[in-house]
Amino acid sequence: MSAVPISFYLVLSAILFGLGVVAFVFKRNIITIFMSIELMLNAVNLAFVAFARARGELDGLVFVFFVIVVAAAEAAVGLAIVIMLAQNRQSLNVERVNLLKL
Amino acid sequence: MSIPIILFLVCALVAVAGAVVLILAREPIHSALALVVVMMALAVLYLLLGAPFIAAVQIIVYAGAIMVLFVFVIMLLNAGVEERTDFSKLAKFAGVPLGFFLLLEIAHWLAHSPIGAAIANGAGSSAGESSTTELSEMLFRQYLFPFEATSILILIAILGALVLARKEE
Amino acid sequence: MDFVSQHPVLVAAVVKIAVLLFIVMTALAYLTWLERKVIAHIQSRWGPYNVGAHGLLQPLADGIKFLFKEDVTPPAADRLIYTLAPFLALALGLSAIALIPFGPPSALFPNGQQIFSVVDLNIGLLFLFAITSMGVYGIALAGWSSNSKYALLGGLRSSAQMISYEVSLTVSVVGVILLAGTLNFNELIAAQKGYWLHFIPRWNLLPQFVGFLCYLTAAIAETNRVPFDLPEAETELVAGFHTEYSAFKFAMFFMAEYANMITVSCLATILFLGGWLSPFPETWTWQNYLPGAGLLMLAAYCAWNTVSEMRGIARLQLGVVTLLAGGGGLICLYPPIAAGIQGPFWFTAKILAILFFYIWMRATLPRFRYDQLMSFGWKLLLPVSLANLVITAFVIIWPLLRKG
Repeated sequence: MSAVPISFYLVLSAILFGLGVVAFVFKRNIITIFMSIELMLNAVNLAFVAFARARGELDGLVFVFFVIVVAAAEAAVGLAIVIMLAQNRQSLNVERVNLLKL
Repeated sequence: MSIPIILFLVCALVAVAGAVVLILAREPIHSALALVVVMMALAVLYLLLGAPFIAAVQIIVYAGAIMVLFVFVIMLLNAGVEERTDFSKLAKFAGVPLGFFLLLEIAHWLAHSPIGAAIANGAGSSAGESSTTELSEMLFRQYLFPFEATSILILIAILGALVLARKEE
Repeated sequence: MDFVSQHPVLVAAVVKIAVLLFIVMTALAYLTWLERKVIAHIQSRWGPYNVGAHGLLQPLADGIKFLFKEDVTPPAADRLIYTLAPFLALALGLSAIALIPFGPPSALFPNGQQIFSVVDLNIGLLFLFAITSMGVYGIALAGWSSNSKYALLGGLRSSAQMISYEVSLTVSVVGVILLAGTLNFNELIAAQKGYWLHFIPRWNLLPQFVGFLCYLTAAIAETNRVPFDLPEAETELVAGFHTEYSAFKFAMFFMAEYANMITVSCLATILFLGGWLSPFPETWTWQNYLPGAGLLMLAAYCAWNTVSEMRGIARLQLGVVTLLAGGGGLICLYPPIAAGIQGPFWFTAKILAILFFYIWMRATLPRFRYDQLMSFGWKLLLPVSLANLVITAFVIIWPLLRKG
């Protein structure tokens, strides 16, 4: 069984990251914007795992582990902020969030 | 075409399709589901890359906890159809082709540059499955300090979420 | 023929999955019968009695009824997700069972594949948790897509409840993982071999008793069963997340719930009750004849019941059951077979004991209030399972510390 070349994974990772950026820029719903950040993190994780495989070392996997932990912490705080915003502004559209005051 | 390459192509297609649906869907919950699909496809790719532990963690934490939280918040706020606003003409006519071009360039570089070629031909297929024991030894010896730091990070995140979600008295 | 000899893993896996699917689907159907019967007898009723002798054909009748009912989709529902949710729930519930080893790994097919487990993963436990952690989606999406306030409230409650109790569930299991030092199911079971004082089985039940209690409680909450069945509390939410579902989609949620019950019972058996290990020492060879003897006793009871109680067609039906049980019992007495089915026999017996406990709880306990449920999960169950984990880790590391 011939393995998949690592560059395939890196190209896929780049495509997913690009789509994440596109979603981040074009979406208007604050939750979806948040989700596109998660998509970008996932793309980076894929690159990490691919590099770990290419170099035959496990450090990349440990990094993925940390990225996932940080993403979990980020989601907890971020979603709490989203709930606050939605309750104060009655809208999830980021364009309505144009004041510094919450 | 060997079985791993077919599997890779299928998963890659599913992942890219999921990401595109995430952008095109107007209901936030459809976007969330598309992202879950992307994550499942990536988990299969991690298995293919010989990292079963990371694949399991990806599903448990990302798809099973973080995305459930997203779905929960979407349901809680009853987020309806997203309002669309016109984005600038410049973005439409210059940005999209430029972004596409950038992607092509990265792909080209990866395929033809010495680093990309070295990675492609090199150790890629040599290592077998990474063992969970080795990974945990690395995590608890070499990376012990960052590991403990993440525990504090999580604690702070919990406190932050509690403070934000608390009702004003 | 070439294909079969070239892909032993694939062919064996497909055959095992087909057999397992058949067994599990039948078990799901008869679990509903068992539940109704047990609850009825606890409440001094008869339960299903008319469709087949002792209601034995009731699951079949129910299944046919579900198939022929009108399948209503609410006009305001999100059609795609509304259809997807029950399939998701059932598929996840069934695929989790594929990871369970039902017998010792030493039992092999001629081509070297294990008979009793579909796959023998290195990190099987983690994968089981991965699959069960996806189970929330079926319920949450069903609640959201129905576009009904009862269903939405049920879905919200269930996702909050399942996230909360999943933490305790996972933490309560870590003690066992520490003791065994592995995530592979077969190794987890092998670590429980042996006896204290020559007759008390060395299962994790005794050293991890607190963990076992935490696991059992969290597992009941994870599967949304009484007393934690808030997502479908009929007195408050009509039927919770599946209020709007009808016909076979409703049946799929039902089957998913029972499949999840079987999964968590299997996991409890593997982690705390020694899996397919027998409770008796190996020197007691008479235990090989227990399955056969049990089936023969069942056949004797059925025969007596057929003659004394049954009339008309029921007499014929119960007669068939008698013949099946008697024949099965005789086959199980044949020594090579008797030795071979020891593992699956004890595994099934332990699962049935836990399932009976589940049903018993349902017949006995009232439902929690929602705030009670949350404070119980976070303020009692999680600290206790964490304490159990810390103490277990300390006990394991203490000899190492004393040596320096």
